[in-house]
Amino acid sequence: MTSNRRSFLASSAAMAAFAALPTSTLAASKIKLGSVLDTSGIFDAYGKPMDMAMRLAVSEINANGGLNGQMIDISAYDTQSDMALYSQYGQKLVRQDKVDVVHGGILSASREAIRQTMRKSKTLYFYNVLYEGGVCDRNIFINGVTPAQQVEALVPHAMGRSGKKVYILAADYNYGQITANWIRKYVADNGGETVGLDFFPLDVADFGSTIAKIQKAAPDLVVAPLVGGAHLSFFRQWAAAGMKDKIPLASTTLGVGNEHKVLTAEEGNGIMVAYNYSQELDTPANAAFKKKWADAYGDDTNFHEIAVSNYQGVMMWAEAARQAGSVNRDEVIAALETGLSIEGPGGKITVDPKTHHATMDVHIMEFENQGMKVLETLPQRPPIDTQAVCDLQANPDDNTQYEIQI
Amino acid sequence: MVILPLKEAVTTVLVAAVLIYTLPMMISTYTLSILLIYAMLGLSLGLIWGFGGILCFGQAAFFGLGAYSYAIAAINIGESTLPMVIAMLVPALFAAVLGVFMFYGRLADVYLGVITLVVTLILFKFINSTAGPSYVIGKARLGGYNGIPGFQTLNVPGQPDNYIWGDPFYYVCAVALVIVFLFVTALLRSSFGRIAVGIRENEQRMSLMGYDVRARKTVLFAIGAGIAGLAGALFANWAEIVTPGLYSLGQSAEIIIWCIVGGLGTRVGPMLGAAGLAYLKFLLGQQSMIDNTLITGLILVLFVLFLPKGVVPAVADLWKLSVRRRPRRKRPNRRIRAERVDG
Amino acid sequence: MDYVAVISVEVVYAVASLVLISAGLAIVFGMMKVINLAHGEFMMMGGYATITAVNYGVNIFVAMLIVAPLVVGLIGLVVERLVIRHLYGRLVDTMLATWGLSLLFIGLATMIFGNTTTGISTPIPGFTVGGYQINGYNFFIILVSIVLLVAMYAVLKGTRFGLVARGAMQNPEMAAALGYSPDKIYMATFFAGSALSGLAGAVLAPLVGLVPTSGGAYIAKAFITVIAGGPSLIAGLMSSAGLFGLVNQIFTFAVSPVMGEVALLIAAVILLRLLPQGVTARFLKGKM
Repeated sequence: MTSNRRSFLASSAAMAAFAALPTSTLAASKIKLGSVLDTSGIFDAYGKPMDMAMRLAVSEINANGGLNGQMIDISAYDTQSDMALYSQYGQKLVRQDKVDVVHGGILSASREAIRQTMRKSKTLYFYNVLYEGGVCDRNIFINGVTPAQQVEALVPHAMGRSGKKVYILAADYNYGQITANWIRKYVADNGGETVGLDFFPLDVADFGSTIAKIQKAAPDLVVAPLVGGAHLSFFRQWAAAGMKDKIPLASTTLGVGNEHKVLTAEEGNGIMVAYNYSQELDTPANAAFKKKWADAYGDDTNFHEIAVSNYQGVMMWAEAARQAGSVNRDEVIAALETGLSIEGPGGKITVDPKTHHATMDVHIMEFENQGMKVLETLPQRPPIDTQAVCDLQANPDDNTQYEIQI
Repeated sequence: MVILPLKEAVTTVLVAAVLIYTLPMMISTYTLSILLIYAMLGLSLGLIWGFGGILCFGQAAFFGLGAYSYAIAAINIGESTLPMVIAMLVPALFAAVLGVFMFYGRLADVYLGVITLVVTLILFKFINSTAGPSYVIGKARLGGYNGIPGFQTLNVPGQPDNYIWGDPFYYVCAVALVIVFLFVTALLRSSFGRIAVGIRENEQRMSLMGYDVRARKTVLFAIGAGIAGLAGALFANWAEIVTPGLYSLGQSAEIIIWCIVGGLGTRVGPMLGAAGLAYLKFLLGQQSMIDNTLITGLILVLFVLFLPKGVVPAVADLWKLSVRRRPRRKRPNRRIRAERVDG
Repeated sequence: MDYVAVISVEVVYAVASLVLISAGLAIVFGMMKVINLAHGEFMMMGGYATITAVNYGVNIFVAMLIVAPLVVGLIGLVVERLVIRHLYGRLVDTMLATWGLSLLFIGLATMIFGNTTTGISTPIPGFTVGGYQINGYNFFIILVSIVLLVAMYAVLKGTRFGLVARGAMQNPEMAAALGYSPDKIYMATFFAGSALSGLAGAVLAPLVGLVPTSGGAYIAKAFITVIAGGPSLIAGLMSSAGLFGLVNQIFTFAVSPVMGEVALLIAAVILLRLLPQGVTARFLKGKM
């Protein structure tokens, strides 16, 4: 038994050494970038392209001579869609790997699992995912869109194309709840009426009864911030019931994980969404990005909104480090707080110094043949929801996630 | 009640002390803490399943209840001592009620498994749908899918500002595990434990001998749940956030797997299985060549095929083979049994 | 009135889909006492088999009703020969092994198909009941479930194979003594069970967003339905699916889909408390 434990430990140690090999090949480099993402398990549809985007950004920076003359070394961990592993790898990144910056986290719970660790250890942290808004912490920078940024643009547009009566179907967790509140507010602000509101936990996959209920309420528009594989069933069952051509759909989440490619063209066409990025965006920056992606991975379609967010996050950090001339946390934060901007694939993206969120372009789009056709671009939308509650210049020691009261 | 023989208690403590001292040289204490917590969780199921014969698909429910009870109590109280106690009592009480419901209804085997599975699912679905602002217990928002972050973590009793974290937290976990282990050992050596094993082997016989089988099973079930609750509370302190994932089916299955891989009917087996597999998962996450779900699956399948009794019994058999030249003939019956309580 | 009609269709559909997702598991568990935790992944593979076949130009109905069951049945056959065969009579070990298999299949499907596989649309258009649109595909699922139950009954009751299979399940030694190889019968049964899981996954594929982890959504429901049904295969399946489907839809319409699911689970707990061996241990005894 003892011998077994010993050999087990020995083999584990050997495995650890083996596993560490690929990440430590760039021995001469000095800057360390940490990444924690779910690249396997149930959230890998989000995590894998994010991981690829991070690697693309880093190899691009390194190919151009690195950052301030130093190469960037990646310490990346696969959290396997297990929240406990976020805590473990978060600790490992700051204690053993002693990284200069951490990019990562997908679900809000995963962000909250590591945010305090990063704060305590004074490790700069970037969370590059669309989320519910309200995080107010000087140590974190957030590059995803928040509900108000999307809803403010999407709701008036969608109501203008359909009518005043709106039915909301939202995923039953913080993001969905908060987004639903914003939708209600903007529906009312635009002279409309919310005729129904239903919440669905993420594992609900049967929407037959809901579709009947919606018809009973007879709305002009259905807004559906639904999330994940199970919720995708709604859009398919909606189309199967022949509802697609009767009541238009809008969503603030569909397409984030490339869902428009899982739906067939007949099922998806016409659904209205609003994001910071679309692969169909016709800009030189996007064309260049898609080419880089294709060169690196041989396919220019297997990424999505939050992968681009992650890419923009890494680039934003790199730009700040260049301006600061160092990767020291306080100097980089100071550089970011000057209201730094970069030109990303999704358009210009600017740090909002008050909230550490991002001001960015929001594009109103429509699904068309498994793509997202850009209808209208609203330039430089500030994160108005978080701005309502968070002011890091007045309270630099703030460390809360606010629930924004509307 | 037979008290634990002094010699064995001393040996256990000595072995544990050596391990507690040497392990941090190889693995960081932060990772070790969670391995110890999982070991305790594995032991809790190992007790009620391996020795009590109660196949529980819902050990994660008690783990989650412990973690959530701790988090909610800690937010409301602001000091960690009482919440730790509450975190053990709530799951134990819950299990007692559930046990009465099941065992007095003469549910057995796989049907019992299904009830525990369903109860876990109900808890999971409930907690998952509490994202709205109306779900509040005292000052604590339940938070739904996102869980509860930001509660008071473990502190020196009576001193809310004196946090126990980092290396001291590892020692707390280690000592807690040793205490639980000694408690389980003593319990199994007592008449209660022997009768529990008797019930596992032949429920009807024990019943005809005049023992109240139902009450005994309920008590054992509650004890196991209390231990799982303690593991849950320690987990909450370690992770500093609790999420509904703790109640999930996947978590329950993982605990069952730890027990089988480590070896049912032993005390060390489930602990070793838990810590070993959790560490393996941690190591796997550091590579990105092959999908990790695939590797985990493959390991499990190979395990069942080639080492069906679990690591600890297999190693024990090998040990016997090498020490005594002629081992006693094992019965061909492959059912998991353990006449001996030492693993 | 129209609304009532819509609700009725949804209730029948819910029952039918429970029958469909549980049938494969019911055969494997009911006849062989193997709990196949990879059941959901077998369904998932049925879905991918259908999509792949359709993309290769196979007619969608052929893909769903013939290609998918065959493909998944064959995968099941391989699994049975390589793994399950060694584990008969060891309930817990089969659970662990099939859990491992389920993870393995998820990993494999991720590597082969990735996470964004375009699904297939339903081949049947929606239609109108009064002022309501109903999913026309619901009726197809209801039809498939009925045919499935009838076919299972016919095979078990009416054919020699069914008789031998039932005999071998009750007393393998006796069957062997009479010249039937239990090994072959188990193999055939597992093939049939896997094929039915594949069929279920295939038929449901146009209605769900298929990803490699989709299988997890079905396993618990199927498991509960099968266990609550009790020892009789067909009668058990029908009674528990009927009850759970009804309870689920009533609460879904009256309150919300979450309450529907919770009501289903609570019904299962109460049912098992009252009838610890499942419905058909007390009622409909001796039926199939």
